[in-house]
Amino acid sequence: MSSETASSNGTLLKVDNLEKHFPIRRGILWEKTVGAVKAVDGVSFAVAEGETLGLVGESGSGKSTTGYCILQLVKPTSGSINFMGKELTELGREDLRRMRREMQIVFQDPYASLDPRMTVGGIVAEPLEVHGIGTRRSRGEQVRKLLDIVGFNPNFTNRYPHEFSGGQRQRIGVARALALNPKLIVCDEPVSALDVSIQAQILNLLKDLQRDFGLTYLFISHDLAVVRTMSDRIAVMNQGKLVEVGTAEQVYHEPKDEYTKALFAAVPVPDPHRQRERKAERARLRAESRAESGDGAVTA
Amino acid sequence: MALVEVNDLKTHFFTREGVVQAVDGISFALEKGKTLGIVGESGCGKSVTALSIMGLIPKPPAKIVGGEVLFDGKDLTKLSEHEMQHIRGNEVAMIFQDPMTSLNPTLKIGTQITETILAHRDVSKQQARKRAVELLQEVGIPRAAERLDDYPHRFSGGMRQRVMIAIALSCSPRLLIADEPTTALDVTIQAQILDLLDQLRQEHDMAMILITHDMGVVAETADDVIIMYAGQIVEQASGYELFDNPEHPYTEALLGALPQLEGDEREIREGRLTAIPGRPPDLVNPPEACRFAARCPYSDSGDNCSTVEPQLREIRPGHWVRTAHPASERSGERQTVNA
Repeated sequence: MSSETASSNGTLLKVDNLEKHFPIRRGILWEKTVGAVKAVDGVSFAVAEGETLGLVGESGSGKSTTGYCILQLVKPTSGSINFMGKELTELGREDLRRMRREMQIVFQDPYASLDPRMTVGGIVAEPLEVHGIGTRRSRGEQVRKLLDIVGFNPNFTNRYPHEFSGGQRQRIGVARALALNPKLIVCDEPVSALDVSIQAQILNLLKDLQRDFGLTYLFISHDLAVVRTMSDRIAVMNQGKLVEVGTAEQVYHEPKDEYTKALFAAVPVPDPHRQRERKAERARLRAESRAESGDGAVTA
Repeated sequence: MALVEVNDLKTHFFTREGVVQAVDGISFALEKGKTLGIVGESGCGKSVTALSIMGLIPKPPAKIVGGEVLFDGKDLTKLSEHEMQHIRGNEVAMIFQDPMTSLNPTLKIGTQITETILAHRDVSKQQARKRAVELLQEVGIPRAAERLDDYPHRFSGGMRQRVMIAIALSCSPRLLIADEPTTALDVTIQAQILDLLDQLRQEHDMAMILITHDMGVVAETADDVIIMYAGQIVEQASGYELFDNPEHPYTEALLGALPQLEGDEREIREGRLTAIPGRPPDLVNPPEACRFAARCPYSDSGDNCSTVEPQLREIRPGHWVRTAHPASERSGERQTVNA
C-alpha cells in the first residue's frame, strides 16, 4: 500500500485513509450491531488534474463504495477527501451542493440510471435547473449543445429514454454528467452493460471529451483491458484495501502484489497462441499460491 | 460421423410485430471431445441456437421452421417432448449464465442434484446421494458431503456455477452446452470455471458448445469458432485460423473494438478503438442482401453487395465466410474506390 504523492501543483483529488464500514445487524425487534463489513478499509490515493486514475477490483472489493464516498453519496466512516483544496467530509449541506457542480458521475446501467418519466431534454437539463444556471431558454440551447457533443441527435430532446438503445442512453448519461462543466467525473463501470462494438463508441467518446475539456476521471471498472485503455495510472483494490497503485505500465508489467498478478493472469486475451502461454502462467501462479498456503497450514 | 450436426437450422419467433428471424440458416458439425465457440453480440441468435438444439425454445412464439439437429444421427427436432426429456440430461446438458437464478433457493443443493439423478437413473435415494457427493467433489467443492445440506444462498457465485456444472454432469451427457457460463463471475473465478470445464471435457470426452460474447474466452477454450451476426453465421474457422486471419469485416471490427490488455503503452492509452457505427438490423425485416452492409466499411466498393445476398463460402480449407469483401481479397479494392 502506498499513499501516492502526486505532483503537488496539479493534485485535484486526494483521498487519505478512507474507511467505510457498514454495520452488520442481528435481531428483529431489538437490533444489535454485531460487527461491521469493512467495505473500504484505509484507502489513500491522489488524482492529478487531467489524468485518469483507473480503479480496478472484483465484485465486493470496495471500488464503487470508494467512488460514492468521494462524491459524498455515502458518508465515509473516517478519513479525508480533499477535492480542489477543500475537505469534503467537513463541508455543510449548502457548500457541498456547490462543490457537486465540479464532480459528477456516470453510472453503470443506462437502463436504470435515467428516469423513464423524464424526456431526454429534461434529464440533461436537470443539473442546470438544480443549480439555477441560465434561463429556461438558454438551458434548452445548452442541452442541445451537450447532446451534440456526446453524439446524440439534438432533435430527440422530447423523446423518452426507453426509445433508445443502451449505447444511446449512456450518451445521455454522459451529457448529463457534462452539463455543469465539472472538473472530475467518476465513471462507475460505464460500459459494463454494453456490447463490445457499442462499448468502443462510448470509450472513444470519453477519451475525446477528456482531451477536449481537460476532464479528470476516476474510472471504476472490473475489466482490466478497459481500465488499461482509459487510464494513466491504475489502482488495484481487493477486499476493501488498495493493494497497488502505479502507472498503467508498472502495474501491468511489474505487478508487486500477488493479487494483482493473479488478477491480470486471469484475463483471457483474444489471441489463442498468447492465451495458451497465459493459461500456463496462470496455472503456475495458482500452484505457487497453493504451495504457500500449504506451508502456512503446516506452521499453523 | 460427427456427434452433432446442425443443418440449415431456422428458428423464427412469431410475434405481433411480425416474424423475427432469430436464427436463419445455421449449419455446423461438432466431433466428440471438441469445443465449439459461438460468438456474437446481444440479439445475434447465439442463445436461440443453443435453446433450439435443447428443444427449449418457448413455443409459441418460437418455432423451428426449417433444418435439422442431428445428434448421433437422430434428428432432435423431430422428437416428441417425452423423447426429448430423455435426451436432455442423459445425452445433452446445458448450463446457463446466471448461477444465482438457475438454482431453486428453497431447496437444498443435495435435493437439487439428486432429483436430477433420480429423474434419469434407476437408483435408490442413497445411491443418488452418494453420486451427488462424488459430483460435488469432482467440480471442486470442498467438504462436499456436508455442503449437500446447504441452501444455494450459502454458496458464492463461482461455487453455484460449480453446482450447476455438477447437476449438468450428473447423467454423463455427451454434449454440454454452456451459455455464457462465466459472464456473471469475477475474472479470477471465470478462469477457475473455464479450467474446470476444460478438465471435465477431457476426462469425459464430452463435446462442448460454448456461447459467449467474449473473444478472450473463445480464444482460450474453442477448437472451432463461429461468429454470428443477425441470425446468420458470418465466419467459421478453427480458433487459430480465425484469430490469425480474420476475413469478415465484422470479425475484424469486433477484434478492433476490444481494448487491448497487452501491447505498447502509448498506443493503448492514446489510441482509439474501432467502433462499429450503427446497430444490427431489425430481424423482422432483415436486409435482403448482406445483413452487415449498412455498417460495413467496404460496402461502398461499387459492387452489388448491398443488393445480392452473399453466401457462406469456403475461402480456405475449413475457413468459411459470408461477405463480398473478405480481407484476403480486399487488397487494392480501396484504392480503386479512391481513384
